[in-house]
Amino acid sequence: MALAKIKEVIGTGVYVPGDDIDTDRIIPARFMKCITFDGLGDYLFYDVRFDDQGEPREHSLNDPAFQKASILISGSNFGCGSSREHAPQSIYRAGFRAVVAGNFAEIFFGNSINLGIPCVSLGERERSSLVGLIESDPNLNLTVDVADLKIRAGDSIFPIELRSGARDSLLNGTWDPLEELLASSSGIEEVSNQISYV
Amino acid sequence: MTAKNLFQKVWESHSVGTLSNGQTQLFVGRHLIHEVTSPQAFGMLREKGLPVRYPERTFATVDHIVPTNESSEPYSDSLADAMIKELRKNCEETGVTFFDVNTGKQGIVHVVGPEQGLTQPGMTIACGDSHTSTHGAFGAIAFGVGTSQVRDLLATQTMALNPLKVRRIEVNGVLAAGVYAKDVILHIIRKLGVNGGTGYAYEYAGEVFDAFSMEERMTACNMSIEGGARVGYVNPDDKTFEYLQGRPYSPKEDDWSSAVARWKSFSSDPGCSYDDLVEIDASEISPTVTWGINPAQAIAVDEVIPSVESVPDAEKESVREALDYMKLEGGKPILGTPIDVAFIGSCTNGRLSDLEEVASAIKGYKVKSGVKAIVVPGSQIVSKMAQEKGLDKIFTEAGFEWRNAGCSMCLAMNPDKLIGDQLCASSSNRNFKGRQGSPTGRTMLMSPTMVAAAAISGKISDSRKVFQN
Ligand code: SF4
Repeated sequence: MALAKIKEVIGTGVYVPGDDIDTDRIIPARFMKCITFDGLGDYLFYDVRFDDQGEPREHSLNDPAFQKASILISGSNFGCGSSREHAPQSIYRAGFRAVVAGNFAEIFFGNSINLGIPCVSLGERERSSLVGLIESDPNLNLTVDVADLKIRAGDSIFPIELRSGARDSLLNGTWDPLEELLASSSGIEEVSNQISYV
Repeated sequence: MTAKNLFQKVWESHSVGTLSNGQTQLFVGRHLIHEVTSPQAFGMLREKGLPVRYPERTFATVDHIVPTNESSEPYSDSLADAMIKELRKNCEETGVTFFDVNTGKQGIVHVVGPEQGLTQPGMTIACGDSHTSTHGAFGAIAFGVGTSQVRDLLATQTMALNPLKVRRIEVNGVLAAGVYAKDVILHIIRKLGVNGGTGYAYEYAGEVFDAFSMEERMTACNMSIEGGARVGYVNPDDKTFEYLQGRPYSPKEDDWSSAVARWKSFSSDPGCSYDDLVEIDASEISPTVTWGINPAQAIAVDEVIPSVESVPDAEKESVREALDYMKLEGGKPILGTPIDVAFIGSCTNGRLSDLEEVASAIKGYKVKSGVKAIVVPGSQIVSKMAQEKGLDKIFTEAGFEWRNAGCSMCLAMNPDKLIGDQLCASSSNRNFKGRQGSPTGRTMLMSPTMVAAAAISGKISDSRKVFQN
């Protein structure tokens, strides 16, 4: 099955403020009691979006103005904590197709790229300008250009960073490595025989 | 031959090739799975009609969702019940060994692997769980992975990865009495930050790690990920080999000496290079407690809680957020902060030596009234050994609840949870907002002995002052 070549993501943005946003915050552990990822989008950032009674709080993700957003913008060290893929899965299933942050925790980054979600880094000053733009116009279309390593927002252009290996796999449609891993069957057998333990 | 570090040797010996995006296709010799991150992976395999390529290389246990105070199925939580049944079914269908609750071998995956002798030097190990770095204590390279990689591993026994840089962290000198492996790793994280380890494997070394038991090494390696390092390891030595001898999956007698020789060959060569070196003086480490909402927000127990004013501008916002959430006042001592719950357990500190250490301290003391204190052994085997030594009695006499093995209150996927804004002195590894099950619950991380001191005095205390015997 050929994967999509992800050259750019176009959509509106929403800002979730904070540094070191961990995977427990992205998807609280109690919602991980599941045997499929279906439906996880409903629980994205649940504890910051809803109070103890399940009533919505004031939060950008609950704001009708940002309901259509497909680009999530946040602070630095985004996705730290657990290796649970439930976190990027819930982001994807809530409709997001790209994440913009200061930088990313490693496992989260890898898990997201595997799902075809570009995670791009943007400097702090540029991030606050970008946030200013979307807050004054929630309908502003953003282009996260994976090929050019830029975010275009109206007349503004911001430079972004994305590790070259991850960028290549998005551009070439090889972000899910399974097909390629399966292809080297004899190489796998060889190493399995060499390593002297089962 | 150029001198190499352990990471490089293990990486090279398990590398299948380079993928088109430049990543390495790495063979993973041992794959451990549990009920939370594996069912979706088995589902993806079924969807694609792919078999499990090497079922003999994958081992399963159930830990996160297991209730620790009920043992009969079906569990009262139907979601938890569905998860254990799904894992059982997947293992049966594919031939994966499952340390199920009726085997007497069930427990937290990072306790079970070493206990069974599945974790050995020079291996690559992966598990859909970020604390897989624990297994690095044996000189293995052990990665926490996501569910798609669990799928890749089941289907191919390999995964796509970028090589890591290696930072050697040497802790030299002698630890003061009452300072434990937990304090050492909290101190390292505090110094290097929660993302200081991004892109690195941590090689822990120096006199302190040489002197550590295997279980202490596991405690430290366990929390590598809290410092941003996906992998943490200690070079194997005689303690490693001694620990492994005679375990169910360890090499048997005939193969033992050749296994030890091979294991030794993986150790970092003298004169090998590292991408970074950090040296820490053991004497600067005190019993350490977290006050905030990430594991680097930690101080020595006799320090004052940082205030917004006392930190550089860049940190003000995160300190304010942490103090607000924790309902603590900056500039005040952390000593004396009242606690509601005390939790001893988890893959960080739920092993026999942890329980022994605490039991020897608490004899003759009682948990402060109003404090809920629970002890949760990391595995059924730990539980059995502890009971044989009478530790369960010491704990229950002191007023602790003695539970069945599991992840318990380390995270909120089973009935053990904080309620409201309860504050928990915890021997686990994460103090994130809501981690222990209540969206406003508060966690303070510390060594098991410090947890016990808090349980007995009802407040954060210096264990060296509480336990005088
Ligand atoms: S004890 Fe806690 S950290 Fe360890 S595996 Fe279980 S939930 Fe994860």
